[in-house]
Amino acid sequence: MDYHSPASFAEASALAANATGTTRFLAGGTDVLVQLRSDLVTPNTLIDIKKINGVQDITRNADGSWTIGVAATGAEMSEHAELVRDWPGVVEAMDLIGSTQVQGRATLTGNLCNGSPAADSVPAMVAAGVTVTVTGPDGSREVAVEDIPTGPGRTALNKGELISAVNIPARGANGGDAYLRFIPRTEMDIAVVGVGVNLRLEGDTITEARVSLGAVAPTVLLVEDCAKAIIGSTLDEAALDALAAAASAACNPIDDKRGTIAFRTEVSGVLATRAAKIAYARAKGEQA
Amino acid sequence: MSKFHVSTTVNGDTVEYLCDPRETLLDCLRDKLNLTGAKEGCGTGDCGACSVTVDGRLVCSCLMLGVEADGKQIETVEGIAEGDVLHPLQQKFIEHAALQCGICTPGILVAAKSLLEKNPNPTEEETRYWLAGNLCRCTGYDKIIRAVMETAAELREAS
Repeated sequence: MDYHSPASFAEASALAANATGTTRFLAGGTDVLVQLRSDLVTPNTLIDIKKINGVQDITRNADGSWTIGVAATGAEMSEHAELVRDWPGVVEAMDLIGSTQVQGRATLTGNLCNGSPAADSVPAMVAAGVTVTVTGPDGSREVAVEDIPTGPGRTALNKGELISAVNIPARGANGGDAYLRFIPRTEMDIAVVGVGVNLRLEGDTITEARVSLGAVAPTVLLVEDCAKAIIGSTLDEAALDALAAAASAACNPIDDKRGTIAFRTEVSGVLATRAAKIAYARAKGEQA
Repeated sequence: MSKFHVSTTVNGDTVEYLCDPRETLLDCLRDKLNLTGAKEGCGTGDCGACSVTVDGRLVCSCLMLGVEADGKQIETVEGIAEGDVLHPLQQKFIEHAALQCGICTPGILVAAKSLLEKNPNPTEEETRYWLAGNLCRCTGYDKIIRAVMETAAELREAS
C-alpha cells in the first residue's frame, strides 16, 4: 500500500488519476481503516487529504453560507455554536454517528463517500440542500449531495475525483431543520430509518420544504411528495397525515436483522412527522 | 515497501519510529514504543480499549494510522499518573473496584479524563453518553460511572 499526503486537492486528484488498483482517500478514517483492518478493502494507494491547507476549517461565508472542510470532524461541528444555531439538524445528524472517539475523527465527507444507505448525516445534508465541490483532473464542479450516492458503497465520483469542500446554504430567516433516526438501542447503532426535514415559514405557513429519507432504499432519498404534502400548510393534522403517507410510500427498503420492510415503511411516516414538528418549532424560533 | 519516519510527542516526550503505512497508531504505541497500556479489543473502533488523545481530542488509536501521528501530541494512559502518584481517577477506580479484568480500564481512564477536562461537572447521563464508546463486559458500568462522578466532585472541590 502506497501512502501519500499531498498538499493540494489538485495533487491529490492527480495521484488518484494516475494510480492503479484500488484507491482510497483518507480523512477521518473511521470507515477506511475498518475496511482495511478487516481485509474488506485493501487499497493499493491511500491518499491522506489532511495535510491540505484549510481542510479542518468550518467557515461562515459573507453571504451566510457555510463551507465545511473535508476533514472537519463531528466533534468540531458540535462545538461550533454558530453552526449549531444555523443548522441544528445537520449537526445533530452528524453527532449521532458512533462514539465520542469516532466523533473525534469522523467527517461529513467520509460519511457521504462511504456510500451507506443508512448514513446519518446524508439525509440531513440532502434536506438542507447541501452541495459538495468535486475536484478532478478537469477542474472542479459543484454537485448536490443527493447526486453523490449511486448505490450501497458506490458514488458518482469518477477516477481521480474527490470531494474538496462541503457547502451548506445560508440559513436565512424563518427556517429550521431536524434529523431523527430510529435505532433499537439508545446510542451507537446504525439507522433503521432516518429522516431529515428542512423548511421555511412565512408566518405560520410552510413556504419551502425538503424531506429526505435514509436506510429505506439503496440510496438516501429526496422525497418531493413529502415536501408537497406540507408546503402551504401550517403543519396541521391533515398535512402531517399526508406527510406520513408520502414518506411511507417512498420507501423501498430491505428486510434485515435490524428491521423488516413493514416496520421501516411504518416508522418512516412516524419519524417524518416528528422531525417536521421539530423543524417547524425551530423555524418559529422555539427550542426543540 | 518503504517505511515512514514519524516524529511525534507521546506523554510529553519526543519520540520517533519507523512504520509501515498499514500499521495503526495502536500498533506503533504497543510494538514500537512499548506503551502497552492501550489495548486492542475489537480493532474496529467499537470498544474504546485503545483510546488515546491526539492534540487533546479523544480517539481510537486503532482507527488512526501510525503515519498520521507525525507532529501530533499524543496522550496515553501511561501519562495519567505523575510518577508514583496516581491520578484521582485511578485512585477512585481502585476505591470503587471499578474494574475486574482490566482490559477496558486504560481506555476508560483516558476517556474519563478527557471528559472531565472538557466538562468538570458532567451529569450522570452526560458521563454515560461520553463513555458509550468504551465497552466493559465485566462491571456492568455502575461502579465506573460512580468512580467518575465522585472524581469529578472531588476535583471541583479541590479547585
